[in-house]
Amino acid sequence: MKYPFPVGRSDFIQGDEAIARAAILAGCRFYAGYPITPASEIFEAMALYMPLVDGVSIQMEDELASMAAIIGASWAGAKAMTATSGPGFSLMQENLGYAIMTETPVVVVDVQRGGPSTGQPTLGAQGDVMQSIWGTHGDHSLIVLTPATVQEAFDMTIRAFNLAEKYRTPVALLTDAEIAHMRERVYTPNPEDIELVYRKLPANKEEAQYPFGDIHGDMIPPMPIFGKGYRTYVTGLTHDEKGRPKTVDAEVHERLIRRIINKLEKNKEDIIAYETFDLDDAEIAIISYGTVARSAIRAVKLLREEGIKAGLLKLNTIWPFDFEMIEGIAEHVSKIYVPEMNLGQVYHLVKEGANGKAEVELIPKIGGEIHTPTDIIERVKRGV
Amino acid sequence: MHLKSAYEIREKYLRKDMLPTIFCPGCGIGSALQYTLRAIDDLGISPDEIVWVSGIGCSSRVPGFVNFDGLHTTHGRALAFATGIKLVNPDLKIIAFMGDGDTAAIGGNHFLHAIRRNLDVTVILINNFTYGMTGGQVAPTALKGLKGTTAPYGQFENPFDIAELAVAAGANYVARWSVFNYLQGINSIKKALQKEGFTLVEFLSPCPISFGRRNRMKTAPELLRWYQKITVPLAKAKKMPPEELEGKIVIGEFADRNRPGLAREYEEYKKRAKKMMGWEE
Repeated sequence: MKYPFPVGRSDFIQGDEAIARAAILAGCRFYAGYPITPASEIFEAMALYMPLVDGVSIQMEDELASMAAIIGASWAGAKAMTATSGPGFSLMQENLGYAIMTETPVVVVDVQRGGPSTGQPTLGAQGDVMQSIWGTHGDHSLIVLTPATVQEAFDMTIRAFNLAEKYRTPVALLTDAEIAHMRERVYTPNPEDIELVYRKLPANKEEAQYPFGDIHGDMIPPMPIFGKGYRTYVTGLTHDEKGRPKTVDAEVHERLIRRIINKLEKNKEDIIAYETFDLDDAEIAIISYGTVARSAIRAVKLLREEGIKAGLLKLNTIWPFDFEMIEGIAEHVSKIYVPEMNLGQVYHLVKEGANGKAEVELIPKIGGEIHTPTDIIERVKRGV
Repeated sequence: MHLKSAYEIREKYLRKDMLPTIFCPGCGIGSALQYTLRAIDDLGISPDEIVWVSGIGCSSRVPGFVNFDGLHTTHGRALAFATGIKLVNPDLKIIAFMGDGDTAAIGGNHFLHAIRRNLDVTVILINNFTYGMTGGQVAPTALKGLKGTTAPYGQFENPFDIAELAVAAGANYVARWSVFNYLQGINSIKKALQKEGFTLVEFLSPCPISFGRRNRMKTAPELLRWYQKITVPLAKAKKMPPEELEGKIVIGEFADRNRPGLAREYEEYKKRAKKMMGWEE
């Protein structure tokens, strides 16, 4: 197959562009979007590439419709994606909930900018963390990935599709204006070297009768896509294993919602991704993700040079969250610092995880600038 | 036209395990559904080639009762979901069963843009002037003076004429009938299903429980008689002065044209893209 961008070599591209290329390599063939800074370049790249690879790129009337269209596309059998920023992400929460409830694999990219409301359209932020996890109503779960570099944005986009397909769930990819517009070297593998996952389809008509049933014991029902003669009914109402609305049956509701949550919770080991830097013998831990993790890596290095035993846990996923791992770290360090480009979001998850075993301190920063390594170092040294 | 018995239609197309329906006595949705199924049956379209989509409301529960692929989505957004389905699999025919609030209030923008794009879909619109499922609040189609729980002293806003909106936005086929006009209704749905692009068949549909009893029409026959009184056939309406049409609803076929549908336009667009990039001759 021919690709409209170079493969099997490195290129110097923006984060937004990297996400678009990775999506196409991941097999995404449907993109619906609405223009918004700083995510528009993802859409523009998709608009350029999609028709050439026999995919669809369409500009919808708003983000409500974009999210709706990708869910429809997914039920018609396509890998589908949309991308937006905070204001659009707020609008998508409605149908993100629908995707969770109907177990529809889709990828939603939120290129974070300063908020709330219109806020700082061109500046990076990490203010949508809690919204990405808890933005839609009701009890639920989904997967949230947090790249820190353009290469990671590329790699994690492919991973986002693979996780969405494997677990039949929406996956959110949280980047920000910095990663979106920064140019970095990105290695694009040859397509045949990229491992791709495709959703489980029903093996036969009998299996297709249970589009929401745990018929394989792995909590992930096969997805009977439309147009195959399965006569599948999909609803956002609480439904039984066959998809029939059962709106006042407490047992059916509990069984459905717990399975949707547990199919991710019980597979945490497979889903959760992180990296550590000098954490093994650390007395001070820094826990960071996304753009800020870049400064945190440098901060750890400089602190070590000054004889302070600092270490870093860089989170590549922030949901599901490994509370136990945080407690394990808290048992071995005296203090945990959480630098974030917000006024405290992952901080609260870390604090819950630390479970009082170590003091957890937030290093907040808002307004559009990234923490410098010095910002982090000074706070750490103040505490030593 | 040979009419099969309702029993035959029901046996052939409904999901038995989803019955009974949620519809109240005297509701018109079942009639509109029957006309739609009869149209499909007459045309001989395989149920495997059709996907039903809907939003939220009484009429939106219809896809659950028919034995087809169906997507019961969020309030007002059915046509946006349908856009994804159609563009990924243009071989599928899409029927959207929608209510007046779903179409013209919360889904108004999606409705207009689906028509602008000429999305290939047949919308069966249930217009009963009310939000039946939530207990009788006024709908954006409610004529001035009609009562609902959120306008207990009579609607003070102007109504939308959805069929006219659809014509203005560019729909390929637009017709409006009351559920009383069953032959016209079936024929219009048959026409709509055979066209590409956006097609709309609107039905004035009785809701005696949530709407009628608040407006001195407690039964379906009273509502049907009222439709007979307030509806004017298009040919006749054309000769009437505007002041005489005040408070009336025109019925008939409002548009019948053949603009290319979105799915075909996108296929052409893909070819153009490949040509412009030198990928294809």
